Amino acid sequence: MGRRVAIVGVGQTYHKSHRPDVNSREMIREAVTAALADAELTIRDIDAIVIGNMDHFESINYVDTYSVEGSGGVMKPIMKVSTGGTTGATVAIAAYYHVASGLFDRVLAIGFEKNSESDTTGAIITCSDAIWDRFSYSGAIPSLATEATAYMEKYGATQEDAAIIGERDRNNALNNPFAHLQRPLTVADIMASPMLAYPIKLGDICPRSDGACACVLAADGVAQKIARKPAWFKAAAVRHTYTWFGDSTDYNKGLVSMQRASKDAYQQAGITKPAEEIDVAELYLPYTWAGLKWIEDIGFCGPGEGVRFVRDGNTHMGGKIPVNPSGGVISTNCIGATALLRVAEAAIQVMGKGGKRQVPDVKNALATGFGGCFWSDVVILSTERP
Amino acid sequence: MAHQVESERLVSVFAYPMPYEWSIGLYGSKFFQEIKQNRRFVGIRCDGCGKVYVPPRRVCGPCFRELTELVTLSDTGIITAFSVVNYPFIDPNTGAQRPIPYTYGYIKLDGADNIFSHIINEMDLSKIKVGMKVRAIFKDTAEMQGNIQDIKYFDIVR
Amino acid sequence: MDNAAIVGVAQTKYERRKKDQILADMVFDVTRAALDDAGLAIGDIDSVVTVSNDFFDGRTISGMAVGDAAGGEDKNISTVSGDGAFGAFYGLMRVLSGYKATIVVAHYKGSEGSVPITTNGMFDPVFHRHLGMDAISAAALQANTYMTRFGIREEDVAQVSVKNHGNAKNNPYAQLPMDITVADVMKSRKIAEPLKLLDCCPISDGAAAIIIANEETAARTRKKPVWVKGVAHCCEEYLLGDRRLADPVALKDAARRAYAMAGITDPMAEIDVAEVLEPFSYMEPLWLEGMGFCKPGEGASLIEKGITPMGGRLPVNPSGGALSANPILVAGLARLIEATLQVRGEAGARQVKNAETALAHGFNGPCGQSHCVWIVGGRK
Repeated sequence: MGRRVAIVGVGQTYHKSHRPDVNSREMIREAVTAALADAELTIRDIDAIVIGNMDHFESINYVDTYSVEGSGGVMKPIMKVSTGGTTGATVAIAAYYHVASGLFDRVLAIGFEKNSESDTTGAIITCSDAIWDRFSYSGAIPSLATEATAYMEKYGATQEDAAIIGERDRNNALNNPFAHLQRPLTVADIMASPMLAYPIKLGDICPRSDGACACVLAADGVAQKIARKPAWFKAAAVRHTYTWFGDSTDYNKGLVSMQRASKDAYQQAGITKPAEEIDVAELYLPYTWAGLKWIEDIGFCGPGEGVRFVRDGNTHMGGKIPVNPSGGVISTNCIGATALLRVAEAAIQVMGKGGKRQVPDVKNALATGFGGCFWSDVVILSTERP
Repeated sequence: MAHQVESERLVSVFAYPMPYEWSIGLYGSKFFQEIKQNRRFVGIRCDGCGKVYVPPRRVCGPCFRELTELVTLSDTGIITAFSVVNYPFIDPNTGAQRPIPYTYGYIKLDGADNIFSHIINEMDLSKIKVGMKVRAIFKDTAEMQGNIQDIKYFDIVR
Repeated sequence: MDNAAIVGVAQTKYERRKKDQILADMVFDVTRAALDDAGLAIGDIDSVVTVSNDFFDGRTISGMAVGDAAGGEDKNISTVSGDGAFGAFYGLMRVLSGYKATIVVAHYKGSEGSVPITTNGMFDPVFHRHLGMDAISAAALQANTYMTRFGIREEDVAQVSVKNHGNAKNNPYAQLPMDITVADVMKSRKIAEPLKLLDCCPISDGAAAIIIANEETAARTRKKPVWVKGVAHCCEEYLLGDRRLADPVALKDAARRAYAMAGITDPMAEIDVAEVLEPFSYMEPLWLEGMGFCKPGEGASLIEKGITPMGGRLPVNPSGGALSANPILVAGLARLIEATLQVRGEAGARQVKNAETALAHGFNGPCGQSHCVWIVGGRK
């Protein structure tokens, strides 16, 4: 599929609940500067930019043209890709195609969000169909809650089982200086937190963060001159299936978009035993139950086996397939950047730049995006040039 | 990161309504007409996969096929999932807070194969369960406006 | 660049209001029509790019409304938020990366939202939003700058409107085919000095789709493939006050790179027809200057010199352009579709004879901050 592409540099802001000292384009610039420094490049070396966020958070129309002084896009080609919560991943994937096509050698992928500038719930509500869904929809939490109750019904999973995911990711965040939430959270803390929409409690869900992330992608032949250990793309798959929420909620089938996207990705990467062949995973888990349920859909374990797989320690640091060494979405959620952070953190693991959160001997890393109407994206990065 | 300039952190507030007037379309309009005229639901069947969709729409996504066969349904269904929403938020439809708590429900209407979302008139967790039968409670016909709120909510059939 | 061709195209009729149709209806219509045009089935398409904008649709994640209707089921699908010309570019890059055929579908309903409010959203929230700036008032500033700089009269620029509305009579998709004169334009209601009603595009509803395929797939489609010879985009500074509005530097850069890719050294001589995005009449001459068809300030004389009307050396906007129909986002894709029809020889009454090489253009942002230029041709 076209030229081989690798991520050769990554940058992000120190994510916080509120960044009153910067506007969006200034915040973007922080991430871009960090990414260029990581790749030891200057903005002059960048041939094209892809940027994305969710419009109604900052209420800025055409953020690509708005932020051009912050992204470094002045007198460069810049394009906006916007697909809800999956944006960061689809931005990375669009940047991948920019390079794979042969038209650009070094491309910058940028995701950002200043959630503090928005009414997050109100903005998310407007993603639902205005005629059919918006009247009853109140944001991601209740619709995820319905998925959680169905899973609990079917397999007997408990709230405590889910809370383990929150405890794991929040603990991991302590190793990540960029993560927004830097205090550990125990299962007991989560169980005691306020109930937002049964069974989802405050401790089960992601925060709202202000933050930006940027990745530098480069072509085969160029990447090797930039990074000592480029993170090669082995797979990029997107499945954004449904239009109305009611179409996506046959919970007996599981997260269909994740099943399909991961199947496509494994095929591209030549992976047949994901839990064996993937060394680390940065999964877009906006709430704790996802950490039990979606690892089944992604093929790390079989249907109904999520609780056992997690309780056996497989997804904790030091386990078979550590999940979210960065702390994941439950520790940081600047929506337009969040899925790109998964790709960036996967790249960091492959490039060996993870510091305290580095998983040893990483060859293959998997990153996912989630959002929209139960949509999924999967990216696989590797030390091995395909 | 060190900033070169020190100053106050000012903010600029922008709070203006953004009005829209969306077409419901022929298929959706049929749904509301059926409610007004006959106080019941109508779906549409795909002659490719056989699925009956509510509300009716023009295209079956998985089959990429145009749908034409309307199917009359009743006013009842089964709860497939629900959540009691307990946190306050501003409703972007009205600009005001939506009254809470309320129960967000996914209902499989009898005769349909996909899920319909609406409100279920039961907030007590001990009194609502997945699998319970529900019935739509409509507005008085004279008050109907041809939109989703012509269905006030779904009551549990006990 | 590997060979890639446009193999299927479709447009809806552009109208003030398509009350019966929702966005998915329009998208389904053009998706199917583009497939028919190409002689392909939905199973032949392995990649989908939708083009939409959250503000215009009144819906965050606006792509959600149309994925099914665009044939996105179990496919790699993404959404470009910006003009269709950019969306088509993403579709092209996917094909060059290995996909067999990408469908790119854009939609817009100006009738459903408030154009002043949604375009006001483009402006800086701190410095310009509260001034009530929108697409029209910004364009008026640019028109004023441009026309003052070069001593261009309103009558000169009015000729563009006369030409394009007249050309639209030959375009069955156009919303506003009209027989008007310069005097009619001059008499029309002042909207924002110096822009009068007939200097401005209408509000439109519509959708369009294009299928881009690799060489192997193109060989088995129904119509003569229209090959992509060159394409580039570029963006200049953001704040209007940071830009020289009468000097479209981003467009110059995009055009230069597109020409280089296509091996074009003399645009006026080597390009047979051009479809440029001109929602305001002054934009046509300004963009033609930026694309190197004439010297700065001379764009407004091209009509009088007989160069850009039908029958001239370089007919511009035989379709009637955005002045005749401007579903935002769709309009740039429509320019590419019109260019394709020209090269195919399928443009009917608006056909430019022996159109071998065509230029298409779209832009994003106020006063054309970011431009995308395409060169397409009949030969590989």
